[in-house]
Amino acid sequence: MSGLVQDSAPTTDGEEISNYTINFGPQHPAAHGVLRMVMELDGEIIERIDPHVGLLHRGTEKLIEYKTYLQALPYFDRLDYCSPLAQEYSYVLAIEKLLNVEVPERAQYLRVLFAELTRICNHMLNIGAHVMDVGAMTPNLWVFELREDCLNFFERASGARMHSAWFRPGGVHQDVPLKLLTDIGDWVDTRLPELFGDAMSLVQDNRIFKQRNVDIAVVSKEDAMAWGFSGPMIRAAGIPWDLRKSQPYDVYDRMDFEIPVGTNSDCYDRFMVRCEEVYQSARIIKQCLAEMPEGPIASDNKKVSPPKRAEMKQSMEALIHHFKLYTEGFHVPAGEVYVATESPKGEFGVYLVADGTNKPYRCKIRPTAFSHLQAMDFMSKGHMLPDATAILGAIDVVFGECDR
Amino acid sequence: MSVLNSAPKFASNEGVLDALTSALGAHVISSSEEHGEIILTVKRESIEDVLRSLRDDHAYQQLVEIAGVDYPDRAERFEVVYMLLSLTKNHRVLVKVSTDEDTPVPTVTTLWPVAGWLEREVFDMYGVTFDGNTDLRRILTDYGFEGHPFRKDFPLTGYTELRYSEEEKRVVYEPVKLAQDFRSFDFTSPWEGADYVLPGDEKADVPPVDKPKVTEKPADTGAGKAADAKAAEGSKANPPAMDKKEEGK
Repeated sequence: MSGLVQDSAPTTDGEEISNYTINFGPQHPAAHGVLRMVMELDGEIIERIDPHVGLLHRGTEKLIEYKTYLQALPYFDRLDYCSPLAQEYSYVLAIEKLLNVEVPERAQYLRVLFAELTRICNHMLNIGAHVMDVGAMTPNLWVFELREDCLNFFERASGARMHSAWFRPGGVHQDVPLKLLTDIGDWVDTRLPELFGDAMSLVQDNRIFKQRNVDIAVVSKEDAMAWGFSGPMIRAAGIPWDLRKSQPYDVYDRMDFEIPVGTNSDCYDRFMVRCEEVYQSARIIKQCLAEMPEGPIASDNKKVSPPKRAEMKQSMEALIHHFKLYTEGFHVPAGEVYVATESPKGEFGVYLVADGTNKPYRCKIRPTAFSHLQAMDFMSKGHMLPDATAILGAIDVVFGECDR
Repeated sequence: MSVLNSAPKFASNEGVLDALTSALGAHVISSSEEHGEIILTVKRESIEDVLRSLRDDHAYQQLVEIAGVDYPDRAERFEVVYMLLSLTKNHRVLVKVSTDEDTPVPTVTTLWPVAGWLEREVFDMYGVTFDGNTDLRRILTDYGFEGHPFRKDFPLTGYTELRYSEEEKRVVYEPVKLAQDFRSFDFTSPWEGADYVLPGDEKADVPPVDKPKVTEKPADTGAGKAADAKAAEGSKANPPAMDKKEEGK
């Protein structure tokens, strides 16, 4: 037995050992899309990561400059395709801020309700993907069932499962049937807590899951601020910062919910913050359903929101408005605003420069993943290669949004 | 104007503009508060000092985003906009500098590490250079891309397109060939905002004729015996023959 134990440090017989560089992605199931990371490894320890982004760059911001305000809306669904309505939210609020239009109460409730449903839908994907990145299979399949339910709700509201284009400047596109609201209520009361609770009971206290996530990529509060973190990433670092609470939009100021924060700022905390956010979103949804008033679902400003179909059959003026809104679109007064909302992944902002015409002069989209991914190098330094997938999973990155 | 919209409400802007402009002093070129946004335009050379002061003395801890904007008509065509967020004061402020193609903007990577990629993006999209940024590579565009796509004079379709070539067994780059011309519709209302002459409008500028046409006497109208006779001649053409079968049906 003693013959097997080496007395001295292993030598290399004069052979020079250098770090090697590998490509992680762009075709890698744990790269969450098309991320290419050039990794410099010392054995299995990560020395340096250089993420190459932009493989999904489609020039959305440039395309928006060539479209009217309304035509540009569906591009936002296609940014972060896991939480489409949350992206639309920032854009419609930016337009409404420039136009200064009032949104009816029912529309505000509907937008908050569906934004929270989007948050659940997004977290289902991320939580599932994260646990799969570190080796668990079953919970992913279970939470995807819940995601499927969410997508069905979106379909019943807007006609589209993912790319809804349902939020409109001045309100929402269509009212929802009462049955949909009662079904969402039932789902939140019964199916969501049951299935999600079951799935999470397999993960949250799981020894392997903890071994893979606890104390991985610890980020201090100061670093989290300096690297521009937002959303669950900054909350996991122990900073109770949530735009829904601190800078409320629509009817979020009437909602009673709590902001979960992490204590250790590691991947496990990020995961747990998201898990708790699902329950808080469910609370908001229940409040929305309970308080939702009857009434119009779009602004009564006829120069911004289109007339009802029935009105168009009777009124010449409504017909003209409809024609003008869907050809020329509305004109937005000159000015510039930066509007950011709490998307499921963090602060999603839209910097909109209007020049008084019917098209945006410039629309800068502030993606959440861009700053988080930039911190990948400093978060992964000194960790093992397999930890990179856990760190990436906990960032919650979607490349449609990061690359725009 | 009262605020009707339901956009995110952060802490009140009241007094912030005056406090910041007086604190920053000579660095500020202009400042404004419109649509609820505080915008400070500062001297390009002093952007680092301004942002350091805002971060350290005025508690704007986070640099959220850097945006480039292109105004080709201006002498300094690019604007670089820094969006700052204060987590403690719950307030946002926008800081702007302007520059042109050749003049670099001082980097702020010394203040926030997050500025690295944000500056790279502005460089990639607009060609604005940042003095002191040690890693100013392209970030979103393709490897080996030429030009700066978000400039207003860069065409929407770009210059090159790529496809997989079965013969060469690799992706090849080719000049853009459009099967149909790029269509850019002008939807702005002709009643307001059209910057071209509408069909028919050119007649409005024609000077009035010397002798206006009048129809005071019957002879002026062109009606009368001569016209009646011409009409009575009728058409020389035969009427089309009827199809018998069709008629029988």
